[in-house]
Amino acid sequence: MAKAEFETPTLSEYPEVPPIEIGAMKHLSPFVAKDIHQEPLGFPAELKDNWQEEAIEHMGELLGKYRSLQVFLDSCVKCGACTDKCHYYLGTQDPKNMPVARQDLLRKVYRRYFTFAGKYFPKLVGATDLTKEVLDDWYSYFHQCSQCRRCSVFCPYGIDTAEISMAAREIMDRIGLGQKYCNEIIGKVFKIGNNLGLPGPALEDTLEGLEEDVFDETGVEVKYPIDVKGADVLLVTPSADFFAEPHVDGLIGYGKVFHEAGVNWTLSSKASEAANFGMFIGSYENMRKISMRIREAALELGVNRIVFGECGHAWRVAYSFLNTLAGPWDFLDQRYPIPQHICEFTYDLIQEDKDKPYEQKTLKFNKSLNDDMTVTFHDSCNVARATRMGNMPGGQFVIPREVIKAVCNNYVDMENGTTHEKTFCCGGGGGLLTDDLMELRVKGAKPRMEALSNVIEEYGVTNMAAICAICKAQFTKILPYYGLGMDMIVSVHQLVSNAIILTGQQADEDEEETAEDDAA
Amino acid sequence: MSFLTIAFAALFYAATILLVVGLARRIHMFWKTPAPLKIPTTPAPTTQGGVVMRMFREVVFFESLFKSTKWTWLFGWLFHMALFAVLFRHLRYFTESEIIMAAVTFVSPLFVYLAFAMIIGLLGLLARRMLVDRVRYISAPSDYLMLLLLLGIGISGAMTTFVAHTDVVAVKSFFRHLMMFNFDTMPNLPTDPFMVVHLLLVGLLMIIFPISKLLHAPGVFFSPTRNQIDNPREQRHLSDWARKLEE
Repeated sequence: MAKAEFETPTLSEYPEVPPIEIGAMKHLSPFVAKDIHQEPLGFPAELKDNWQEEAIEHMGELLGKYRSLQVFLDSCVKCGACTDKCHYYLGTQDPKNMPVARQDLLRKVYRRYFTFAGKYFPKLVGATDLTKEVLDDWYSYFHQCSQCRRCSVFCPYGIDTAEISMAAREIMDRIGLGQKYCNEIIGKVFKIGNNLGLPGPALEDTLEGLEEDVFDETGVEVKYPIDVKGADVLLVTPSADFFAEPHVDGLIGYGKVFHEAGVNWTLSSKASEAANFGMFIGSYENMRKISMRIREAALELGVNRIVFGECGHAWRVAYSFLNTLAGPWDFLDQRYPIPQHICEFTYDLIQEDKDKPYEQKTLKFNKSLNDDMTVTFHDSCNVARATRMGNMPGGQFVIPREVIKAVCNNYVDMENGTTHEKTFCCGGGGGLLTDDLMELRVKGAKPRMEALSNVIEEYGVTNMAAICAICKAQFTKILPYYGLGMDMIVSVHQLVSNAIILTGQQADEDEEETAEDDAA
Repeated sequence: MSFLTIAFAALFYAATILLVVGLARRIHMFWKTPAPLKIPTTPAPTTQGGVVMRMFREVVFFESLFKSTKWTWLFGWLFHMALFAVLFRHLRYFTESEIIMAAVTFVSPLFVYLAFAMIIGLLGLLARRMLVDRVRYISAPSDYLMLLLLLGIGISGAMTTFVAHTDVVAVKSFFRHLMMFNFDTMPNLPTDPFMVVHLLLVGLLMIIFPISKLLHAPGVFFSPTRNQIDNPREQRHLSDWARKLEE
């Protein structure tokens, strides 16, 4: 099913709302989890015989536990405000990828079993029994939602399809119909400590390699420590940062910033993963269990602060949920935000440096080292619509841009309506970053690719920066489908890393060349 | 008392009970269902006062809908605001308060025409539902019927004002008696067809309110993406069922 041939959408200069094409993506659903993926998470090994009965029972339980689900299922008036807002609808034209229609897959069953009108007048209100056909639709289309919350911005009642798709995935997991990609990864986190299944020694090797690379490049001994007891700061970062491109260049950047700030920091082999796929599958229990590793690591290492690396949904779990799931954090230093984003950390230093003469600045930048780039910024959906940075609402838009502008001379934004709270998902979020959903990922990236193409044409943009491991991995993979270079996508702290002049580093011509080579 | 009068008395008692009890139960359910996680759609206000302002803008100006689609916003907002204005004018049928009567008299020269704005808004929404392929796809029969019901109420009501005047004094007297449970001197309802249709449809609307999508009215106030304060780092948010996991 995943190998079906498909065409990459053609980009248009102006965003168009395409006509519906019924069933256009019905053929696509991700690989189903096997028993070895299901059981470590406490889910049944395979679809239960009495799945229908149990699904309704679980739905009833979730309705009593989540106000969002109850209110959202009751409140939709089918006004259509969301119908042209989902990147998957815009890219695939399948009407079941319109947020309201996706919700209705669950809502029509809710109405049938839980409401007066649906019980006695099902046809009138569009209520249906939970049949195998409906379940197939659930599996297909609730795995065609990246939980990016764009629809919730435009809904007059704030209905968030992410909440609905999380609930649907939770129900499916509990009747034994899980998604392989997410559940396998969560299993790895429990067993090894991170999504990629990198064991402690492998991490140590990688970090040593990074130290050597940075030393070779700059002549400065920047440390990338792991499991250091008594460190001040625990850095929790997505495991892709340890080796994937351009992620690792971001990690190098975090290390340089910590080094210059004189902060004693450490990674943890226990919490060697910022990502928390428990959110994608809507499982409070799994999300909590994954979060508790961070608490345990912080306690064991005796740190005072927790800083998160560049990762979108991880920042949502960290910023919005960590206090709930793994708090209270009374043992950490209360003078700093708990947890703090690496962009907040860097931004604060830049702000403190503002009025100081160059020699006294904590972070010294040579912005011209990024002059070979014209950069734009992709607001990651979870950061944009589910979190904040800094003290003021909207800080999540200002702070990363200010960091970029502090290290780059050439920065432009993509057009209104495709950034900030209205940003388009990269197409790979929400547990969909798997090869078996490649068609969806390519088509779902269309709106972002359109906006990007426009600034390439108009302003000669060469690179797009992001602060999310999933965005970076997704763009690396799908940019070539649209005829763009996979290395266009860069980490924000990669830009910081390029421009930073470390204390003791000789700023000779060699370095400038190196910096250029890196960026090319 | 005429049969019609008795039937409508029964209808409005039943409809009122169903509306009040149905809504109260649903609101109680929204109220007692926990919101275990902080999920405001950000950027979100960081204070309670900010949340009140956000909700105010949402309820009074339909802020999010405005961001989404201007046509739906225009027709939707027109319909809702005209409806409230028309409802305000209807207060005169239910009260003897001089202040309210004076207020109604004061606004009437303008508000009386808002029935047309309401009808135009509803027709716009109906047209959109029928003409836009995406909206047509998501529409169930009940979605059309709801608009037709509201149109029926609006048009029949406008008829009683602009085409075939009804005996409003008798109507008012009927409802005042109904409210006072005074059946001895209750007058008969006027029998003109527009009035009868109008009252019948209003009774129907009251009955289906708590079991239909009209629940969006209380729902919006309980929507966690709109009513939560953005302060998860500052204040620990924990629901009762989540607390049990910690024990």
